Amino acid sequence: MLLSRVLEEKLGSLYRAGGRIVGGVYLGKGQEAFSAALGVQLRKGKDIYGPLIRDQAGRIAFGEPIIDTVRTYLGAVTGPMRGRDGNIHRGRPKEGHMAMISHLGSLLSVVAGGLFARRLAGTLADSIGATSIGDGGTSTGAFHEGLNMAAVEKLPVIVSIANNQYAYSTPNTRQYACENLVDRAAGYGIEGVTVDATDLASCLKAFRAATARARAGGGPQMIVGTLLRLAGHGEHDDASYIPDTKRQGPSARDCLQVAEDFARDRGWMSSADLRELNEEVRRNVDQTVSKVSKEPAPDPFKENWQALSCSELVEGQHEA
Amino acid sequence: MSITYLEAIREAQYEALREDPSVFLYGQDIATFGGAFKATKNLSKEFPNRVFDAPISEDAMVGMAIGAAVEGARPIIEMQFADFSSIGFNQIVNQAATLYWRTNVPCPITIRLPSGGTAGSGPFHSQSMEAIYAHYPGLVIVTPATVEDAYWMLLDSVKLNDPVIFCEHKFLYYHLKADQIGDRELPIGKARIARPGRHATIVTYSAMVHEALRAAEELQLDGYQIEVVDLRSVKPMDTDTILASVARTGRLLALGEAFPWGGVTAEIIARVTTDGFHLLDAPPMRLNSKDTPIPYHPNLWKSHRPTTSTIAAALRRLLRN
Repeated sequence: MLLSRVLEEKLGSLYRAGGRIVGGVYLGKGQEAFSAALGVQLRKGKDIYGPLIRDQAGRIAFGEPIIDTVRTYLGAVTGPMRGRDGNIHRGRPKEGHMAMISHLGSLLSVVAGGLFARRLAGTLADSIGATSIGDGGTSTGAFHEGLNMAAVEKLPVIVSIANNQYAYSTPNTRQYACENLVDRAAGYGIEGVTVDATDLASCLKAFRAATARARAGGGPQMIVGTLLRLAGHGEHDDASYIPDTKRQGPSARDCLQVAEDFARDRGWMSSADLRELNEEVRRNVDQTVSKVSKEPAPDPFKENWQALSCSELVEGQHEA
Repeated sequence: MSITYLEAIREAQYEALREDPSVFLYGQDIATFGGAFKATKNLSKEFPNRVFDAPISEDAMVGMAIGAAVEGARPIIEMQFADFSSIGFNQIVNQAATLYWRTNVPCPITIRLPSGGTAGSGPFHSQSMEAIYAHYPGLVIVTPATVEDAYWMLLDSVKLNDPVIFCEHKFLYYHLKADQIGDRELPIGKARIARPGRHATIVTYSAMVHEALRAAEELQLDGYQIEVVDLRSVKPMDTDTILASVARTGRLLALGEAFPWGGVTAEIIARVTTDGFHLLDAPPMRLNSKDTPIPYHPNLWKSHRPTTSTIAAALRRLLRN
């Protein structure tokens, strides 16, 4: 959580400084507890994870090295996306880390398909899949189709819904008409729970139980986390549409602060420990950014402009 | 003993399932029922747990295939009608078609699209989607016109490590028969000279190959020898074979059943005028359907798409120029 927050703050400052990051920067501030609590339940190399825009913390918890994040944001040719795609659109599908596209809800059926293929091949064992979405993404047809299909097939998919109350600027009142998003779970014939997503301990408990149910053959599991996005949609957005009453409400608690207080209150970490950890994390982030900054940018003349893996089927350019 | 185009598609799927345990079939009504057109008849019996009914969720069907492909499976998706693939469009063009480019992980999926018009099918069960998908990088678009190609190109598609849009023509399902399936003659990406000639070239694909051949017969009575090029795959498009044919005849008619704006016929004309302008003795021509949705009543339907007589008329105009 801390590493995610510090890394994203760094990316935000690089964005504001201009020049280094060409595209947008999208932060998961306030969602780290909910995101990481899922990521830590997953086993890289065994489970399939389809994170979304605000899952930096979950990706780290899953085992993605932060250098993959930095390389993708900076478009480095050494990164997993090699400058071909950027920022949050990254992954290593062969390691079970699916690379999201921008079309919300469309990763759910892909994660389900991976599990389906494993079941067919007899290699599913106790592996599970997980994917994240926000309140806005639940309105897409792809989300509905994917979840319904996963439920029909009783596939072990965790569907994590971060209800951060705004889809870009659109409030929930313009997004759905049910009382609570978790009410929809019954309609799909799957289990669903809600959790206070500002509280790491509650999130860990909820995801641990849900992943255990999925591993035991309980089919898809929906977890709805209630929180408030503590940043704009992206760093270009000041989120002025979020009223102060919301910003001061209970869902606006900073999950990182809550988690630190929790650890301190129980005597697991002292304030000095936390300070030291913070500094160590900052050093790690700064060193990573500095290393990647020296790495080569993609060269259009060395680029293999080929969208098919079968070279013999690639057409000539037919340029005038 | 003869085999239809539809039976060839069924046989190819049988063979794909038999050859490779990572192949599975997913689509609406394809298991016990055997598919709306019976293209998967008895396959669920012969391959238990390899042929699955899907919910009416084209988006999820394609997404599922992509995830399965990443895990090493080679799924064949049956769209009940090509028209409904528009619901899976996003997964096809944004997820499947970009996967290899973005992540270096190939996406070996085959999506079967029962395509094209049959009388009485109306606006939403008659469409030809090949140009839409060909527009996007990262997809292979095949359009078999013969029983042999239906069989061999489907088998080849399943083996390809890239997403293939397999446009099978519904009009040919029952009408087109062969005595037997011969040997594989050409790979995907190579066009075929369906009829040699020297006065004009028709470049076409799928069911229109047969209309073109009939029109060529008609022109034969007037003493004209018309060459017919069957593209077999519209992407990649075999430009070399097209140009070589135009070099022989000097005249080009690009023919397709799809809507007229843009599309495969426009691409053919663009390539020939760009790379082979000097080969042309007359302005090239295009013939497509009318620019309206596809009509229901047979009288209207027959006039909406190119027919032997409209193709013959176009050829006569082309030869007069």
